[in-house]
Amino acid sequence: MTKDMMRGFDLYQPANLENALNLTARLGKDAWLMAGGNDSLDWFKDRVKNPVALIDLLAIDSLKGIRETAEGIEIGATTTLTEIANSDLVKSRYNLLAEAASHVASPQIRNVSTIGGNLCQDARCWYYRAGLDCYRAGGKKCYADTPEGMNREHCLFAADRCVAVSPSDTAPALVALDATCLIHGPEGQRSVKAEDFFIGPAVDIERMTVLEENEILTAIQIPDRWAGANFYFEKVADRNTWDFALVNVACAMRLNNGTIEDVRIACSGVECVPKRLTVVESVVKGSPVDDEIAALAGKSAIRGATPLNYNHFKIPLLENLVKRAIRNS
Amino acid sequence: MEPEFYTPLGAGDTPKSRSARVSRRSFIKGIIATGATVASGSMLGTLAGCSAETSSTTGIAGTVERLITLNINGKSRRVDVLPQETLAMTLRYKLGLTGTKLGCDRGECGACTILIDDVPTYSCSTLSHGVRGRQVTTIEGLQAANGDLHPVQQAFVDELGPQCGFCTPGQVLSAVGLLKVNPSPTRDEARRAMSGNLCRCGAYDHYLNSVMRAARTS
Repeated sequence: MTKDMMRGFDLYQPANLENALNLTARLGKDAWLMAGGNDSLDWFKDRVKNPVALIDLLAIDSLKGIRETAEGIEIGATTTLTEIANSDLVKSRYNLLAEAASHVASPQIRNVSTIGGNLCQDARCWYYRAGLDCYRAGGKKCYADTPEGMNREHCLFAADRCVAVSPSDTAPALVALDATCLIHGPEGQRSVKAEDFFIGPAVDIERMTVLEENEILTAIQIPDRWAGANFYFEKVADRNTWDFALVNVACAMRLNNGTIEDVRIACSGVECVPKRLTVVESVVKGSPVDDEIAALAGKSAIRGATPLNYNHFKIPLLENLVKRAIRNS
Repeated sequence: MEPEFYTPLGAGDTPKSRSARVSRRSFIKGIIATGATVASGSMLGTLAGCSAETSSTTGIAGTVERLITLNINGKSRRVDVLPQETLAMTLRYKLGLTGTKLGCDRGECGACTILIDDVPTYSCSTLSHGVRGRQVTTIEGLQAANGDLHPVQQAFVDELGPQCGFCTPGQVLSAVGLLKVNPSPTRDEARRAMSGNLCRCGAYDHYLNSVMRAARTS
């Protein structure tokens, strides 16, 4: 246990967003933003990442809570996953997100984990987590994509030196719901669509999101367009509690007399970003919901999948999850 | 309430551990506490430059103060807390509340579960500075003033819930947290609520029996 003691850092607990932004501006690269802490503290205990200063965002009240807006709902970035999973507003209109939030990790983790943290969490590749000098850590090799590398949990699509995957359960739900991420920085605020919020290794191998180091994700906005639609969420993991998804799928669908009028579908665990399955969407749009179109959807989801040594199983897994999502939404 | 100051040697919450005869247990605890004091002394260097800044509790940007008051089991406890200290460390090694167990120290086992404002939380993954102004309940805070066990503890005894007992404090607090929001859960709801606590003896069914009995009796 003693080897797990974290190295010392300065702790800041700003009470409002302005102070937090001032701190990020003042501290620059030395600052580490933390919300629930379930991802951050692991890094510190393993002494792989050792920030000089930690900015705890949980004292900022304006980042908390679920609000109704003219266009839909807005969820503060440090709203906990338990609050989202239990919220009547979310359950009645965007049950997809409530379902996704209730499948994250364990009850105690959901009680403190935030939606913002769930979106901004770092890759879970254990070679990277162990502090090895891999590409993502600024080095010049990948330990997972080698003949001996244990890559059962790694990606099927868009590998570029790094083969880590998006670990988030809520991210595909928010991509399917066409949500927008609200970001505050020194130059004011900007919004980014959830599906553009995440970036793969080809864009920047050391980051998972578009957030710059002096920016803070402050809220998630979900538009009315998908409120009360037909939803499907399923997560497959080795263990029902704690584990990250091997593959998960989130689907939002509008039906008109049994015909698929509109659909958005995304999944995590197969690419470095939550993968929106646009090919599946165009294949099924306009078709009646039946086994035939579901099978076709599954087949089109796995086109182009490039398995590593140990993750071939993810191909039929992804195919079947997409099939079920289209059939059962 | 009268604040209690942290005393490094012989620190303990129960009067028993303060007996004149130095037991092996209190001797070891003393060594641990001394070690913690020495370790915290070496951290002072990194903090020296920040001491002039105002505490952030008032909303002014600045680092936190080291000497803080925590509300533990209804008592105000003054304690010297490092910025990077987890609540599990503070409870066990500064306040002597060793009923809270440390299993994995990574939020992966549930042994360190405590209640913060009645919500089950992993104390190994919570910074102590983050719980100022909140109500922390540990296993030591459950029994009644007259020494009677909490109904959940009693149910765990009656159903022979624990085997080795190491995960039990966490299991009990998860159950207490569940029954506060859902006084009559179904067995499935209980199973889900208890799913963040591992038991390496595999006494899960006994624990579930205990939770269901506690729901009936409390």
